[in-house]
Amino acid sequence: MKRLSIGIAAAAAAIAGAAMPAAAQNEQFFPLLVYRTGAYAPNGIPFANGVADYLTMLNERDGGINGIKLTMEECETGYATDKGVECYERLKAKGPTGASYFSPLSTGITFALTEKAPGDKIPLLTLGYGRSESRDGSVFAWNFPAIGTYWTAADVAIQHVAKELGGFDKLKGKKISLVYHDSPYGKEPIALLEARAKMHDFQFKAIPVTHPGVEQKSQWLSIRQDRPDYVLLWGWGVMNSTSINEAAAVAFPRDKIIGVWWSGAEPDVTPAGEKAAGYKALLLQHPAGKFAVHADVEKHVVAKGKTQSKAEEVGQVLYNRGMINSILGTEAIRTAMKKFGNKPMTGEQVRWGFENLELTADRIKELGIEGMLLPVKFSCADHEGNSRQARVHQWDGKAWKVISDWYTADDKVLAPMVKDTAAKYAAEKKITARDCSKEN
Amino acid sequence: MLYREAGQFKTTYSADMAVLPIRQDRIALYALIAFAFIGVPLLATLKIGVFGSDYVFKALLIPFLILSLAAIGLNILTGYCGQISLGAGAFMAIGAYAAYNFSLRIPGMPMVVSIILGGGMAALVGILFGLPSLRIKGLYLAVATLAAQFFFDWLFLRVKWFTNYTPSGSINAPQLEVLGYTIATPLERYLLALTFVTVFAMLAKNLVRGNIGRQWMAIRDMDIAAELMGIRPLYAKLSAFAISSFFVGMAGALWAFVHLGSWEPLAFSIDRSYQLLFMIIVGGLGSILGCFLGAAFILLLPIFLDQSLPILAGFLKWLPFGAGWNKIVDHIQSVETVSHMTFIITGSLICYLLIVEPHGFARLWAITKEKLRLWPFPY
Repeated sequence: MKRLSIGIAAAAAAIAGAAMPAAAQNEQFFPLLVYRTGAYAPNGIPFANGVADYLTMLNERDGGINGIKLTMEECETGYATDKGVECYERLKAKGPTGASYFSPLSTGITFALTEKAPGDKIPLLTLGYGRSESRDGSVFAWNFPAIGTYWTAADVAIQHVAKELGGFDKLKGKKISLVYHDSPYGKEPIALLEARAKMHDFQFKAIPVTHPGVEQKSQWLSIRQDRPDYVLLWGWGVMNSTSINEAAAVAFPRDKIIGVWWSGAEPDVTPAGEKAAGYKALLLQHPAGKFAVHADVEKHVVAKGKTQSKAEEVGQVLYNRGMINSILGTEAIRTAMKKFGNKPMTGEQVRWGFENLELTADRIKELGIEGMLLPVKFSCADHEGNSRQARVHQWDGKAWKVISDWYTADDKVLAPMVKDTAAKYAAEKKITARDCSKEN
Repeated sequence: MLYREAGQFKTTYSADMAVLPIRQDRIALYALIAFAFIGVPLLATLKIGVFGSDYVFKALLIPFLILSLAAIGLNILTGYCGQISLGAGAFMAIGAYAAYNFSLRIPGMPMVVSIILGGGMAALVGILFGLPSLRIKGLYLAVATLAAQFFFDWLFLRVKWFTNYTPSGSINAPQLEVLGYTIATPLERYLLALTFVTVFAMLAKNLVRGNIGRQWMAIRDMDIAAELMGIRPLYAKLSAFAISSFFVGMAGALWAFVHLGSWEPLAFSIDRSYQLLFMIIVGGLGSILGCFLGAAFILLLPIFLDQSLPILAGFLKWLPFGAGWNKIVDHIQSVETVSHMTFIITGSLICYLLIVEPHGFARLWAITKEKLRLWPFPY
């Protein structure tokens, strides 16, 4: 008993010591909410590595941003909302100016943090996920669902279906089913798909799959009965490969399945093996593969062994997405530094940076990510960025191949929905929308 | 030494039957309550020690308090009345969704009232799902309550009315207001949760000591004997279900409103039910104190391990084994290994505890206390 209490005392002392490090004043702190364990780990790991590797690369190559060293700490959420909230509280005040921004890579955690971020004045960068209506920056001042929301994704998916069929008029009478992860993440696209179904008069059916998604027999049997013309897949983690396997089991053609950009990475298709060939998915702008920036990462990070990622992971879809996440974040900080000076930025300043972030074609080339990202400009009113474009890629059994041109989501459909839902949220939470014309 | 009771004479029946018959216990409890209500806010406002940070309130104290309340509720049913329930998460969900709908649909509904009504709604449903307990017992009943868990998971996912037709099925708690005063800071939220927990823990403690609590325990110990002595199982069991669900439902509403702020049914999944069940088993079945100890253990130990293991592993780097060794330590310090280790250590500690003391922490404390009272010659 005595030994035990000494042990506990020692551990407590160690924690107290670690909680108050002599914080260097010239550091920008990045909290990393990751999941390297649990049902979603196969997808969580490459993303987390991409995020961390890019930040490490900036440190190694340039010594940080404008001389400000970047520090980071990971916290394991396991994709669980309550654990994510705990991690957020743990990391939000670290570093000389607190957390720069959070990217939880979980729609559930994003919803929970949306309630907390305004109070703490920390932006949430949710790259291609989160609340779709949160692109309305006048209500959701702290959310940045950058370069694509689920409504954008769903709209692009329908556009691609229409193109394959030969025009929007051909959608009439067709059946499109959505197989979705039964969580806020999977439900997000439903509202838009229903609106589109009304517009083009196709039959839409939403088929839920319970977390974590390893049991989908009955869902695919009902698809076999219904014989939809297309299936949209809104899965994550192990659910994706299970869906593809089940589709094969009921002989549903894989090239009639279109996954969202979270269902279109290597870990989603490789477990299904041969059966996955032909499967299509949306691209969140960047494809798999290596670009100019990867050479720097390999030289400064991977070769030096300063990473947790395996060599073959570099250049995978989710790895690249993690890098884009860090690129947008660090570019926002750079933008903020132009206004506020070269010192560690607070959450509020980073938010200003996001709202005034503009990545021109030249800058994108400079960053070495030409082909990964389109020029994009954020503003107070538009937290998604003005591009709203996506492509489709297809798994040929060995690699992802881009098979389509850019589609632009139809803002005539999206904008009114965003406005309505955001207004409803504002009314519920008694938020007065900012007047974006008065923001600088 | 601590428990020198010389000079404490009980002259009345009520003094003999007091909740805490020993003066030292009373003083300790008053001191604890005073510290929680006055000391903690004072330390927080002055930013002294750990209480200066939001983290302690938002990630540790508030969830601890709310889950303690839920554990008390479950303990009433499982620990005192002997009816195993795996549906605690569902009753938390009922409390949360009912409270949300009360505050949403009835204009001007005070927040505290809607939380209590949320508990009330859970109580009604609890009675309904308690009906099978009149015919089935033990593990079979556990399976029946499991049905409640899955049914309500399904209901709140599928019936859009409950979530006010939000596109994503995730809902946001309304602004917290008590008597015109807005509750926003972590400290205020903590005080709100603390008030609820204090009031209802007292209530529970007194309930289980009284007529109704004795009926529950009689049913738990042997239902046929209890029935022969004139205890009506219908009344005893259903009241246990109702009151238990009321507590759990209220905890659910607090969890949603005060802790999470925005939630989906996954917040009240089967995992939550297991977590609560482990809390009362580790803490001590049939003990109110045990609920708090169990909640603290199950909730706080993983968080503690999660943060202390990387630091402890850091000491390994002092060993002079070269760069290869440091690489291994880096792996041990990665969040991956740490969260696996947290699982392993927490699980083994639970097993160890239950082998050494099957009656949980509450029993450990009871033994300690007995020995302290007999000090210096305990036996």
